Formats: sequence, structure tokens, C-alpha cells
Amino acid sequence: MTIGLSARRRTPRPHLSRRQRAARRTAWLLAFPVLAGLAVFFAVPFAITLWYSVTFGVGGASFVGLANYINVFGSAAFRLAAANTARFLCTGVPVIMALGFGIALLLQRKFAGSKLFRSVLLFPMVLPVASVVMVVDVFFSRYGIVNGWLEGLGVPLTDWMNSPRAFWVLIGLYVWKNCGYNVILMLAGLNMIPTEYYQAADIEGASGRQKFTRITLPLIWPSLFFVFVMSVVNSFKSYREAFLLGGKHPHDSIYLLQHFLNNNFENLNYQRLSVAAVMLFMVIFALVAVLYGLQSKYGEEAQL
Amino acid sequence: MKQRRKLADNLCLFLFTVLGALVLFPVVYTVAGSFMSPAEVLHYYQAVQSPAQGAASARLHLVPDLISLESFYQILLRRPDYLIKFWNSLLLCAGIVAGQMAVSCLGGFAFAKYRFRGKGVLFYLLIILMMMPVQVTLVPNYIVLDRMGLLDSWWALVLPAAFLPFGTFLMTQIFRSVPDEIVDAARLDGASTLGVLVRVLVPAGKGGFISLVLLSFIDAWNMVEQPMVFLTDPVRYPLSVFLATVSRQNFSLSFACGVLAMAPVLLLFLFFNEELVEGIEFSGIK
Repeated sequence: MTIGLSARRRTPRPHLSRRQRAARRTAWLLAFPVLAGLAVFFAVPFAITLWYSVTFGVGGASFVGLANYINVFGSAAFRLAAANTARFLCTGVPVIMALGFGIALLLQRKFAGSKLFRSVLLFPMVLPVASVVMVVDVFFSRYGIVNGWLEGLGVPLTDWMNSPRAFWVLIGLYVWKNCGYNVILMLAGLNMIPTEYYQAADIEGASGRQKFTRITLPLIWPSLFFVFVMSVVNSFKSYREAFLLGGKHPHDSIYLLQHFLNNNFENLNYQRLSVAAVMLFMVIFALVAVLYGLQSKYGEEAQL
Repeated sequence: MKQRRKLADNLCLFLFTVLGALVLFPVVYTVAGSFMSPAEVLHYYQAVQSPAQGAASARLHLVPDLISLESFYQILLRRPDYLIKFWNSLLLCAGIVAGQMAVSCLGGFAFAKYRFRGKGVLFYLLIILMMMPVQVTLVPNYIVLDRMGLLDSWWALVLPAAFLPFGTFLMTQIFRSVPDEIVDAARLDGASTLGVLVRVLVPAGKGGFISLVLLSFIDAWNMVEQPMVFLTDPVRYPLSVFLATVSRQNFSLSFACGVLAMAPVLLLFLFFNEELVEGIEFSGIK
């Protein structure tokens, strides 16, 4: 996927034929439902959030500038949540990308059943979170199955979900759930590389490694960018698992930004909540902007 | 050389069988548990359900000692609230999918096959919104729904979900892959705009269309955050959230309930996994 702002390539304004004008009107009519919906449920609400983040009092009584931001940054809960979220991203995303790429490369060689496995790996994504969480609960609770095994081996027991290991359980769940999705995306990217390139390389006597670094990697780059973005997006969904496993106040190692948002919502502290939401939005916005900037620089010419 | 290749193939097969087992394990485990009698479940999982000091840990128990339909009897016949919840959730998801499909097909048509001012910027915004985690928009949504007086009704769940930007994004990608010539030809034959959409674009992008139905259904079926924020009365919770509340109270019921929750997505997956793969590929390819 390449995105560029094709607004620059705008059609000249005057001299539109009647048919062209009618076509434009149709386009706006067709796009109207989605644009109106996005405005009502996403854009307007976001403006409200932005307003809340710089005001104080119910319904935004007075403007306080960045005071709310300073307040939130000073709070230990926010710093813990932000640090954990960052740690989760920095651990989970590289792991899932590497693993997904490895699996995609293996699946690219066609062997018996490779097509079947491709869709089987996707399966965790469709499973209801609650069902999965139930199984994790049985395995990792204090008197769960894993501890039973460890007991048998004579290893000292830990209460998995109430120890720093909860973080790793959550990472494991994230990888388990989303890896298949990444594999599909990467595989699609790999399959788009024309086989002629490899054939030509074979004739020239290129080694497997050369083919990988000179053909596969450069051409898979745009796919990898997209997979990276989707991995980040999906990592935010791990809150569901964290919440269903640990509740509103889980172990410190898996107290995420979303816990912070949710708990402030329940305490009706809209200011703090809005600040956190705005900052999360800005981080993601910046990430996406930088990535697509990079992509259109490296990838082929940006087109829409 | 040939032999080496064969060895590598077998190694792959082995590796992926292990991976596949790992991936399918929760399903097998839940289904197995659902066919155990409550007494059997209690026997094996008491330690997890009600932890007591010095109790023995639970042991992995996959094959029922005695096949029992007791849990299913409980949730399907004895206590109809489970089944009612199931059908209600299904209805809710059907509503979301229908709305999402209508909005996305129209929007996708506009973005894929028309030129209009600001299209590039709008599409870029669409993608940014698509990337936002639910929690960022959850509370703003709450405020708007509150103003509209829709909180505590199912409209609060249906409306924001129907307008999710992902659908329009995906349909744009799909319709873009349909050659312009077909569209133009249909127009010359006198097809109306909606006629082009329904008779030409959707059939041409059938795989993608089905995949969006699947993806949005899965998303709706697994919805957790929205009901908890937009509905104050837990009685109205759809199955996805309800399930989470059952699991700690009654293990044997929660196994059966888990099977109930998995059933629709499992069936969809069995029949349409190719389309699902295709749809995901579309979301990545430009």
C-alpha cells in the first residue's frame, strides 16, 4: 500500500464539462455516508477531547493551557503506563516481525499443506478473546497447569499473572494471536516479487544469500513497513487480554496506557483521560506519518 | 540435491504441524472441557476456580473420563438466557456488518473510481483514523453518544462500528483492483451509479467483499471495550463480554459457553478461510 497526497496532482479547476461535474457530485454523494459517520463518531469527538485536555472543570469551564499535561506527566501511574506500553511495543513488535518473516519465508517454498497452514495460522485472530483468556487462566494461575508441571520438575512456583512474568505471558499471547496476520501480509509481499528475477539471478549464478539480500529484501520493504504499522496497531489491542486476565489493576508489569485511560474514565476524570488520549493519538500519528514518509522515499513513487 | 529438498520439505511439515497444534490448542481444549461433566471439571480444576492454600495444582486433562452433555444441556435448554444472549449477539453483529458493508461499498466506490477535490487528504485521514486504538476514540464516542441520547441502547454499539474506517479502506483497495474499462463499459450500457456498484463492482470484487463481511463480523463478535463503556446494564452485554464474566464463576459452564462463542467464527473460518486470507492480502497490497 502506498499513500501519497495526490492533492498536488489536482485537476485544473475551470472548464469542467457538465458530465465531469455530475461525476463529482456523485462522488461526494457516495462518499457522504462514510465521511459524515467519521465526522460524527471520530472527528468531532476528537475535537472535544482536545478541548477537554486544555480546560478545567465540568464541560470545559476554563482554559488552563498545558496544566493538565504537566499534571499527567507528573503522575506515577501515567509514567508507569507509558513505560509499559513502550516496553510492550519495543519487545513485541520486533519479535512478531522476525517470527512472521521467518514463517513467511518457510511457507513461500511450496510443500505439501503449505496453503492449509497459511490459513490455520490465521485462526487465533478469529477466536473470541474471552475463550482464549479462559484457557490462559487455567494454565497460568497460581494453581494452574503450568505450575503443576513446574512442581513436578521441582522448580519453585510463581504466581504468573501477579509477577513480572505477566508481561511475558501477554507478549506470548500477542505473538500467538497476531503472527498469522503478519505472515499473510508478508507472504503476499513475497509472492509479488516476479519469479523472473530469481531465475535471472540463478543464471548469473547468484548464491541463495545474495538472492535474499539483493532481491527479496529490497522488494519486500514496502510490505514490511505496512506490517510494522499493523503490528503496532494490533499491539494496542492486547489491552483486552490484559484487562480480562488482570482486571482494572493488574500486576504493575502489564499496567498499560489503556488501563490508565479506562480507570480515569471510571473516575470521571475527563481531563487526565483526554490528555492521555491526545498524546496517544499524536504518537501514532507521528509514527504513521514518518513511516509513510520513509516508505514513499524508499518505495516506488507515491501514488494513490 | 533432490533428497535434500525432500528433507527440507519434511522438516517444514513437521515444524508447521507443531505450530498448527499450538494455534489450535485452545479450541481443542475448550471443546474437550465442554464434554466433561461438571463434577469432572470441578475435580480437575478446583484449584484454579477457588484457590486454596496448599492445594494441588490443576493437571492437564484433555480426554473426558466420561463424555457428558450436561454443560450443553445447562446452557442450551435449562437456562435459556445463554442461548438468548447468543442469538441477540448474532443479531447485533448482523446489524453492524450490514451497516458497515453499505457504508464501505459506497465510500470505496467513491475513493476508488472517482476523482474529487481533497480525495488524497481524506483518504490519508481515513488511514490515520483506522490506526487509532479503540481507547482513543472510545471516550469521545461516549460523549457524542451521550449527547445523542443513544447510550445504553444497541445503537451505541452499532453506529460507531458501522462507520469504522477500515471497511472503506478495504473496499477502496478492492474496487481499485477492478479494471476501469469494465466500469466504463457498464456505464455506456446505461447502468446507473448504484447499478454499476451492485452489478459490476461488487461481483468483480466478490472475494474481497466476503472477506470484509468476515472481518467486520469477527471484529463485532469479539467486541469487548465498547459494550463495557456504552452499556451500563450488564444484562445487556453481548456474549463476548458476558463470557468473560462467566468464566471465573463456573468452569464447566464456561467451557460450553466458550464453545458457543467460538461456533460462529469457527464455522465462518472453516468455510471462508480462503476469502479471509485474500482480504488480508488486499489490505496490504496497494
